[in-house]
Amino acid sequence: MINITVNGQHHDVDADPNMPLLWVIRDIIGLTGTKYGCGAAQCGACTVHLNGEAVRSCVTKINRAAGQNIVTIEGLSINNNHPLQLAWNEMNVPQCGYCQSGQLMSAAVLLRENLNPTDQDIDDAMSGNICRCGTYQRIRAAIHKAADIQREGAKI
Amino acid sequence: METNAISRRNFLRASGLAGTALCLGFYFPANAKKEQLMSATDQSGFEFNAWIRIDTDGKVTLTDHRAEMGQGSYQSVPQIIAEELEVNMKDINVIFAQGSPTKYGSQITGGSSTIRGSYKNLLKLSAAAREMLITAAANQWNASANECYAESGHVIHKPSGKKLNYGELVTAAAKLPPPQEVKLKKISDYKLIRKPLQRLDTPMKTNGEAIFGLDKRLPGMLYAAVERNPRLRGKVKSFDGSAALKVPGVKQVFKVQMIVFNTTRDGVVVIADSTWAAMQGRKALRVEWDDSGFEHVNTSDIYKAHEELLKTKEGLSFKKQGQPDPIIEQASKKIDVIYQTPYQSHGAMEPLNCVAHYQSDKIEIWGPIQAPDWVQGDISDKFKMPKDKVIVNMTFLGGGFGRKAFLDYTHEAVAISKQIGGPVQVVWTREDDLTQGPYRAGISYRGEGSIENGEISALKFKMAGQNIDHWNNNKRDKANGSTTEGFLKPYFDNIKNISFADVPYEMPLPNMWWRSVYASTNGFAYESFINEMAVLAEQDQLDFRRKYLKDERCQALIDKMEQVSGWKSRKKNEGFGVAITECFETMVGQIVKVSRHTDGKVKIDQVWAVMDCGWYVNPDIIKAQVEGSIVMGLGAAAIHEITFKNGLVEQKNFYDYLMPRMSDMPPVEVHIMENTADAGGVGEPGLPPFAPALTDAIYDLTGKRIRKLPFNLNTV
Ligand code: FES
Ligand code: FES
Repeated sequence: MINITVNGQHHDVDADPNMPLLWVIRDIIGLTGTKYGCGAAQCGACTVHLNGEAVRSCVTKINRAAGQNIVTIEGLSINNNHPLQLAWNEMNVPQCGYCQSGQLMSAAVLLRENLNPTDQDIDDAMSGNICRCGTYQRIRAAIHKAADIQREGAKI
Repeated sequence: METNAISRRNFLRASGLAGTALCLGFYFPANAKKEQLMSATDQSGFEFNAWIRIDTDGKVTLTDHRAEMGQGSYQSVPQIIAEELEVNMKDINVIFAQGSPTKYGSQITGGSSTIRGSYKNLLKLSAAAREMLITAAANQWNASANECYAESGHVIHKPSGKKLNYGELVTAAAKLPPPQEVKLKKISDYKLIRKPLQRLDTPMKTNGEAIFGLDKRLPGMLYAAVERNPRLRGKVKSFDGSAALKVPGVKQVFKVQMIVFNTTRDGVVVIADSTWAAMQGRKALRVEWDDSGFEHVNTSDIYKAHEELLKTKEGLSFKKQGQPDPIIEQASKKIDVIYQTPYQSHGAMEPLNCVAHYQSDKIEIWGPIQAPDWVQGDISDKFKMPKDKVIVNMTFLGGGFGRKAFLDYTHEAVAISKQIGGPVQVVWTREDDLTQGPYRAGISYRGEGSIENGEISALKFKMAGQNIDHWNNNKRDKANGSTTEGFLKPYFDNIKNISFADVPYEMPLPNMWWRSVYASTNGFAYESFINEMAVLAEQDQLDFRRKYLKDERCQALIDKMEQVSGWKSRKKNEGFGVAITECFETMVGQIVKVSRHTDGKVKIDQVWAVMDCGWYVNPDIIKAQVEGSIVMGLGAAAIHEITFKNGLVEQKNFYDYLMPRMSDMPPVEVHIMENTADAGGVGEPGLPPFAPALTDAIYDLTGKRIRKLPFNLNTV
């Protein structure tokens, strides 16, 4: 049994210690918001937070996550009200939506570390996330917007 | 925000609806010329399922009969219905239709056809429902229907101010005959249509709730991974699954066959209790393949063969007017050039997958499916199951681009489920998705043309490449039906001598439609050639086009392009390029601006796109589709290609089939033309003009004309 915490809930998982976190989250724990896109750390669709850091869960073995804290898209906020989610909704970012869990999880780390990211910061932080639908322009605008929302929130 | 979600929770609620309701739909009898408007009360002899369902508690459920793969049908279909039905978007619940051509007509979500193919019916159907509700209210009040109107899910009696909500009226309304004629709103009266409303599927795509094919789960469902013949077509000679069966979680190993158009591909499937276990088991398989005959397929040979054909063969004529040959022969000012476009993979972010459950008396399928009606017919045929016992459910699609309008992956999943006698999810890896095609075929073109007195005196185009018609239908005696796709029709009115021909090229690679289909390759060749002719004529590319594209919509489009891009006031060190293509009844013009940056590299500074798609629904979705089309066009023009070596695909994953990323994204500005013409497509037409406009801009900046895609932007 491997013990992991996902979105604040403890799970004792009976799995091959080499199984990537992605498949544990999707097939065993049953949270399907985290997506499979490449299985090779190339696309970012599987991005989750491991102790607050963005990791590609498709190449993160479950035993590396043992005893640690994992947050998936389902745990990013309680009511879809993280500043990024608000901005994504306001600017109609998603098309097919498949990459967007990963995009949001990557952007969330950027926004936590950098209250006012520049275009270059966004390029750097988001370059590991592919969007085949081509929503990049809106993702960029929505991250700037989310930074505004976050600053407004901080003032209150 | 309220969600109208088809997340699992809501979907269960939605499909469990019962009791009295007003249902309206169009019935498409198999051979009828005209669809008939039917209400729930006259459902003689067919099972009725409608676009609109209103329950006695006032709940409004609208059906999206097409696939949602990012292009926005989940928003735009309801947005049309809600307009004429007079309900608020926040009060509706949206569900996906199951595959049923008799209920919905064509459901194939391709050819950018959702809106242009159904908006007139949807408007009428919704207005009819509204009229029935108004009549029911008028009857109840003993008033004239003329004194009543509908608004926000209510009927209101104007003189008295009395008001009933739709739920209170459905029982009576369902008994009324549907009106055969209805009055539709004027465009200027629209409250929802033509407004940039937020998409209903956005909230569930930002919190992980949206259910894609890969997210579908059934009780007792097992997972399958298939090792298919790596050489695109071929057989399993023998296999050894003993090591695979030792992998924890693996349950079964057996041979399976997938049908790809009129050929088959063998594979060995591993069934397990998790995706990961199935993938591990697959790695432990030992398979001996018989794929003789395919080991000599090489990309370089394909293009050499194209060139040879274009030089030596006249091909099958598709369209010809005047006498281009002798004119070009005698002309002194002429060009003769070859353009080449690569094979491409669809590369949707959600790899192919399908959940199937074969039972003795019915077959049920769930998945990212672009053509539920086709799948229903195909599975019914192949498994000898009556059509109404084949239930095809669409999930959200994580991209489609044409690949998921196909039957191979669904058929294979059903065959696997039949063998194991239970529900199964077949998961394709990224490598499977990229290496197994079918692909957009790479096509080569030869353009010949002459200029006399500053005018095009003759144009002659030939294409050579694999083509879907020939591959699929054996129609080898006819030119590709899409030879001129992408080329603007008004050119034919104003260029006297012009011809198009198709030189068939045979090659055993499965090929199929890809976003914007032939316009994606034709558009590059034909519009690049028009730009080259403008240079030969020493004229401005936009002014040059104005002379040939005389119709009003073209002129307006060109004016708009010129105006938004500052075309006339461009500076010396900037490269500007242009192209205009037609695709699925929509015209898109793009202007690309490039410049050389301090690091010595050419960068795309800006793209302006102007789309004329006639009648439209949601301008924000249109803009998003054009933005996305440009990114996909950029990938195909300057970033990736599928190549073959010794019969094997060389690209395996996103590390060698590179994708445009955030830092590649140029600023894109999209403009929509306002007119009252019939609706054209939206999801695809933004793609074709990008590559020729980009290469034209590079020519403008550097004097170098790029005629072969893809090219490397870093080295121009
Ligand atoms: S699925 Fe993990 S990076 Fe692509
Ligand atoms: S929204 Fe479709 S891949 Fe990003």
